[in-house]
Amino acid sequence: MKNEWPLWEVFIRGQHGLSHRHFGSLHAPDAEMAIKNARDVYTRRNEGVSIWVVEAVNVSASSPEDKGAFYEPSNSKVYRHPTFFDIPDEVGSM
Amino acid sequence: MYAQMVKTDGTGVKDRAEMSADEQAFQDRIDRGEKIEPKDWMPDNYRRTLIRQIGQHAHSEIVGQLPEGNWITRAPTLERKAILLAKVQDEAGHGLYLYGAAETLGVTRDALTEDLLAGRMKYSSIFNYPTLNWADMGAVGWLVDGAAIINQVALQRTSYGPYARAMVRICKEESFHARQGFHIMMKMARGTKEQKAMAQDALNRLWYPVLMMFGPSDKDSVHTAQSMAWKIKMDTNDELRQKFVDQTVQQIEYLGLELPDPNTKWNDETGQYDYSDPDWTEFFDVIKGNGPCNVDRLAARNKAWDDGKWVRDGLMAHAAKKTAAKLAAE
Ligand SMILES: [Fe+2]
Ligand SMILES: [Fe+2]
Repeated sequence: MKNEWPLWEVFIRGQHGLSHRHFGSLHAPDAEMAIKNARDVYTRRNEGVSIWVVEAVNVSASSPEDKGAFYEPSNSKVYRHPTFFDIPDEVGSM
Repeated sequence: MYAQMVKTDGTGVKDRAEMSADEQAFQDRIDRGEKIEPKDWMPDNYRRTLIRQIGQHAHSEIVGQLPEGNWITRAPTLERKAILLAKVQDEAGHGLYLYGAAETLGVTRDALTEDLLAGRMKYSSIFNYPTLNWADMGAVGWLVDGAAIINQVALQRTSYGPYARAMVRICKEESFHARQGFHIMMKMARGTKEQKAMAQDALNRLWYPVLMMFGPSDKDSVHTAQSMAWKIKMDTNDELRQKFVDQTVQQIEYLGLELPDPNTKWNDETGQYDYSDPDWTEFFDVIKGNGPCNVDRLAARNKAWDDGKWVRDGLMAHAAKKTAAKLAAE
């Protein structure tokens, strides 16, 4: 009988006040073991101060096929970038 | 290398004219240096080849723990024991990063493990050689991990994102492995006459098996062209092997040991060392399962898997019980 431990995605906060970042995945029977395994697999050299794990089946992702259309709305809104506006030099830094 | 002779289906590189529109767009992305990510479209053959390659690489990390694990309890000092333990633990981690990368391609780790245990998938030929004494711990770290580094540094630029990222993590950890091995060799090469002789013997025995790690010579590697077009192989076997020889000769000289191959000579014209090929008949024989340790290695992995079954099942049962209790309490 197949009884494979589920897959977990691992997110780790590094030392320097950064946000949690995806580090990789691993297998574990439950969340508690997933965190312990993540400590052993991904932080053997002080790579982190905080670990999140989430079961991989619970991650929803955008699909690469609609890449163009999905992000298209922002293409036509160049005014969102500060460089869109010409501000005279006399005004000083802004 | 850690993945030797990985088959691509079909022969040679697909010509642009034979490619579908999807395949052309895919090849263009690779040529532009873009990374391919798990949910991106990819040719079936790229996916299958990568599963074989990453799987074989992962198996090599795991089986590669055996020859060194063999000496943990007999390390000469407590410090050397702790170092070797940490090194072998890293290799378990490398295996896990790589199984994780393979799983993004739609295969499970247990399925890959079962393929290894049944002998349907391979691991690097080097781990079918025995480690006879403590000097081998020096030679393995220095030469085997040293050879692996040459391959893995190149693979950091591979086209498949999860594989490339696993390589970056692995490379960060590998130089510890090579340096602790070289350090053992330094101690022994400068130790008593007997210790120096042991270091020389380890180098002599492992030299050709290490050269074999890079795989057959280019004229016999039928799968190289397609893999290179896909950037899942970055250099040819002979290019990597030459690089290894060129960097290792001066390290051997530094140790004051004899070159294991008397034909190793600097060639002014090519600007690199000439050296003797390993015995390729032996290589193909080891790949076929007839090396000195093939049977032992596979038996040890099967035993570990079978003996661990009650733990894997028990923890799953415990997790299910806890979830049920939590649901009942809500
Ligand atoms: Fe490794
Ligand atoms: Fe290593």
